[in-house]
Amino acid sequence: MADHHPTGIKRWLFTTNHKDIGSMYLWFSFIMFFIGGAMAMVIRAELYQPGLQFVEPNFFNQMTTMHGLIMVFGAVMPSMVGLANWLIPMQIGAPDMALPRMNNWSFWILPFAFTLLLSSLFMEGGAPNFGWTFYAPLSTTYGPPSTDFFILGVHMMGISSIMGAINVIVTVFNMRAPGMTLMKMPLFVWTWVITAFLLIMVMPVLAGAVTMMLTDRHFGTSFFDAAGGGDPVMFQHIFWFFGHPEVYIMILPAFGVASEIIPAFARKKLFGYASMVYATASIALLSFIVWAHHMFTVGMPLAGELFFMIATMLIAVPTGVKVFNWVATMWKGSMTFETPMLFAIAFVILFTIGGFSGVMLAMAPVDFQYHDTYFVVAHFHYVLFPGAIFGTTAAVYYWLPKWTGKMYNEKMGKIHFWWSMIAVNLTFFPMHFSGLAGMPRRIPDYNMMFADFNQLASIGAFALGLSQLFFLFIVIKTIRSGKKSEDKPWDGATGLEWDKLPCPAPYHTFDTPPKVD
Amino acid sequence: MAIRRKLFAGLAVVLSGMLSFAVQASADLNMRPGVTETSVEAYDLHMAVIWVMTIIAVVVFGLMFYSIFAHRKSKNPTPATFSHSTTVEIIWTAIPIIILIGLSIPAVKLLVKMESWDKVEPDLEIQVTGHQWKWEYKYLDHDISFFSNLKTPREQIDNLEGKVGETKGENYLLEVDNELVLPANKNVIFHLTSKDVIHSWWVPEIAVKKDAIPGFINSTWTNVPKEGTYRGQCTELCGKDHGFMPVVVKVVSESEFAAYIEKKKAEKVAAEKAAAEAAARSWDMEQLMTLGKETYEAKCAACHMVNGEGMPPTFPALKGSKVATGPVEGHIDIVVNGKAGTAMAAYGAQLSDAEIAAIITYERNAWGNETGDKVQPADIQAFKAGN
Amino acid sequence: MSEQVTNDNNKKLVLRLLGVVGGMFLFGFALVPLYDVFCEVTGINGKTRGKAIYQQSMVNTEREVSITFIANISNGMPWEFKPLTRTMKVHPGELNEVRFYAKNPSRKDIIGQSVPSVSPGEAALYLNKTECFCFDQQTLLAGQEVEMPMKFYIDSEIPENINHLTLSYQLFNVTDAVEAAAGAAK
Repeated sequence: MADHHPTGIKRWLFTTNHKDIGSMYLWFSFIMFFIGGAMAMVIRAELYQPGLQFVEPNFFNQMTTMHGLIMVFGAVMPSMVGLANWLIPMQIGAPDMALPRMNNWSFWILPFAFTLLLSSLFMEGGAPNFGWTFYAPLSTTYGPPSTDFFILGVHMMGISSIMGAINVIVTVFNMRAPGMTLMKMPLFVWTWVITAFLLIMVMPVLAGAVTMMLTDRHFGTSFFDAAGGGDPVMFQHIFWFFGHPEVYIMILPAFGVASEIIPAFARKKLFGYASMVYATASIALLSFIVWAHHMFTVGMPLAGELFFMIATMLIAVPTGVKVFNWVATMWKGSMTFETPMLFAIAFVILFTIGGFSGVMLAMAPVDFQYHDTYFVVAHFHYVLFPGAIFGTTAAVYYWLPKWTGKMYNEKMGKIHFWWSMIAVNLTFFPMHFSGLAGMPRRIPDYNMMFADFNQLASIGAFALGLSQLFFLFIVIKTIRSGKKSEDKPWDGATGLEWDKLPCPAPYHTFDTPPKVD
Repeated sequence: MAIRRKLFAGLAVVLSGMLSFAVQASADLNMRPGVTETSVEAYDLHMAVIWVMTIIAVVVFGLMFYSIFAHRKSKNPTPATFSHSTTVEIIWTAIPIIILIGLSIPAVKLLVKMESWDKVEPDLEIQVTGHQWKWEYKYLDHDISFFSNLKTPREQIDNLEGKVGETKGENYLLEVDNELVLPANKNVIFHLTSKDVIHSWWVPEIAVKKDAIPGFINSTWTNVPKEGTYRGQCTELCGKDHGFMPVVVKVVSESEFAAYIEKKKAEKVAAEKAAAEAAARSWDMEQLMTLGKETYEAKCAACHMVNGEGMPPTFPALKGSKVATGPVEGHIDIVVNGKAGTAMAAYGAQLSDAEIAAIITYERNAWGNETGDKVQPADIQAFKAGN
Repeated sequence: MSEQVTNDNNKKLVLRLLGVVGGMFLFGFALVPLYDVFCEVTGINGKTRGKAIYQQSMVNTEREVSITFIANISNGMPWEFKPLTRTMKVHPGELNEVRFYAKNPSRKDIIGQSVPSVSPGEAALYLNKTECFCFDQQTLLAGQEVEMPMKFYIDSEIPENINHLTLSYQLFNVTDAVEAAAGAAK
């Protein structure tokens, strides 16, 4: 009777089970991923050719804004929380998350937050159109009326993320099975704990920033309004104090996923476990002192620019350590290349390319030429799509048998991989070139000299969008009619969830803590 | 297996091909070296970093692909068991640090040079003011100022068949009615600010990109040795027409520049005279409507739209609006003085009295706003004089 | 480990973490004054400081610093506003005066607030104003015109490398805000 659970809608509304909540997070982020992706398709369709074809500039700005917000807050972050919910209790030998009811709330806030945000598309004056970075005064004095809904939405997402993060920290600190010391935890758990700390440090700052926006808009304060003695540049400082750690919030759990999958398919222990943990922690710490590298052109004094340039370049060191460790893990292993491994390898390579352009962007005197061009767009999409999203995709393929008890179709998985791999590079690599040639970001129309690369990028984007629909198809097919999985489909996999639990994992696991040696 | 290997090898070739493609410094692929000392140095630094990154990529990815090839299960059935090596880990922490130090030295030097406008002896000072969605240039030494608007015809942007839209010009979206004219080989200081939201003034070929921030002044400098026309764009999202406010700088010889300034001064005097004459005479409805339509579409339609429907609530409709159908005085007031806290600028100083009168007349009689009101330039003059 | 102990431990940790969250929320707001203090110390954003008192000190006649004056009007402000001196060279330590001209050509009384900004930002630390129209809001009646004085001196400590600086004023129409505040006060 251990596997008894309620059925019907009530099961999902009132569930406090980490596996159910994990699934809901993952499905929610998948839906958001397609909504945000549809907006990207609108953007790429408009940019397919010079001239205005499909949408007018104001709507284009709404699309870029909503695409960014939905992908960051609706797709990437909840997908990572979904993975955390599913995996952390199983990986540390806990029966559930420490705060199961809060877990339910933190999920159920999200659909409301995003309904609110998406509803702004249908309001008079349209959705927020000031970019996902919502710089003042464009978002305050000049923002559309729907800005207030945006502010409320951000508050709700923030509360949800903070609750999720608190839950992860408490679970990991208090619920580990006897013998599961901190330095024995799987790296995915480590990266998530560090991410959770980043979340509780910076999400409140974001909440503060949008609250200041709200009072500036309606209650006569002038935090960001020069007329009343405020400073619009200060908005950028506060925003990026949140924004830069946010970048690592999105990528660190993917580091953890890669650090689980690569050893499993190399059939060899992760190289340099301890240095992986320290590198992750130093990336997180450094992320708090580099924020102004997003603002090299606002007219900071030289000393400030020098500081932020050097601090930012330093991040390359721990990041490099991680990449070298992954390569060393593969070295002299006995590798096979099933779909999760392919995505993990692509993750390492393409994320590293994003890292290279990151070092270039860190160098202030050349950043003056890159700043706010498509070069930046290429850079952050390289770390987010083949970074965070390939990381999640790898995780889905890797743990799908554990979650559903069914095996995906390997051939289809490989097709999905190569399709995504080619499409993602076709979409984002040309953006480096259009950026270097001088194309600013967030423009709906451009000069002829940028036409070829935009066309390539658009073709790539449509292919990439389709490849993700194929992914959806694979996942559904696996759940409905996948072959039954063995209890341990990956012979190199390690960890409590593979060693002590069958596939699929029962609804209730580790009611009595496992023995960890 | 063989297919898979080939795919991997193919992938490696594609990726490295793309990288080296980037390095083949062709005009459309890479950053342009530009024409100033600082832009050339920025380009050199950019190329240096690209090469360093390419070498690192070749080494790291090379090892990785070798491992993928040689350490696969079919070739290496028993995995090794090592899982750390302090020596190796120290080495690969130290090497990146050394590389980064090597990169940061030239970067620091160049940054110091770019940011030292206050040490340069200025020959010419220009105030650059960002507006939604045009640039205003003011030659501080010569008391000349003007707006620089996008010149690309609407038909090209909207791809209208049968009109010029079919063929977009070479400088599509990168052409303006009034370029910023600068003398060659002179130290030019730019002081940037904004009337409304944050804009950013960028000309790639002289490597100047600085934000224009409302309420604040940012200064930077350049010295362009080579005559020519250099084009850039606004690079900070500033609202609807962010993509339609290019920056065009025309660099000319010193004597041409002097002639240009004289010409601009003469134009200013002539324009004032013409405006006074226009204001003095009485205009008939047709004249007002013709000039009004033309000026409206050039200056107002970006927000209030050609059909007068605007984009409410940010940009209110004029069709049937209270302002455009209510008392004339209120209408004149909002056009001349603007409206605080909104995007509506004060046009009193930007346009001539005749233009303002024509716009108001047009707005009060177009799109079914049939008030029949006829506003004369003299009315605007009287309004400004306060009686 | 009994369930009770775990629950207590959880509660303690949750409270601590909520403390961090609350602290960081306040920190977000604290960034505002912190930023101002930081700017005042480093001149990072080029805002000038409040009223200074001129102290007769050594005038450094060896050095000359040139100052460019800029006036700028923001959206919704119909005034004419310009410096009567475009640029001047001053010796550090000496007290100088410049005048700005303002006219309200509209038919309404308007309250204006000028916001000063200096570039390079560091120079703001060495520009001391003993009298400035920017210290207060200015009310100009319809049609009124004024010349507004600004007295300042450059600190003789100004670093050698700053030879030029720019002082700009952007004028904002604050009539509505002032009236709203006055209405709220009643």
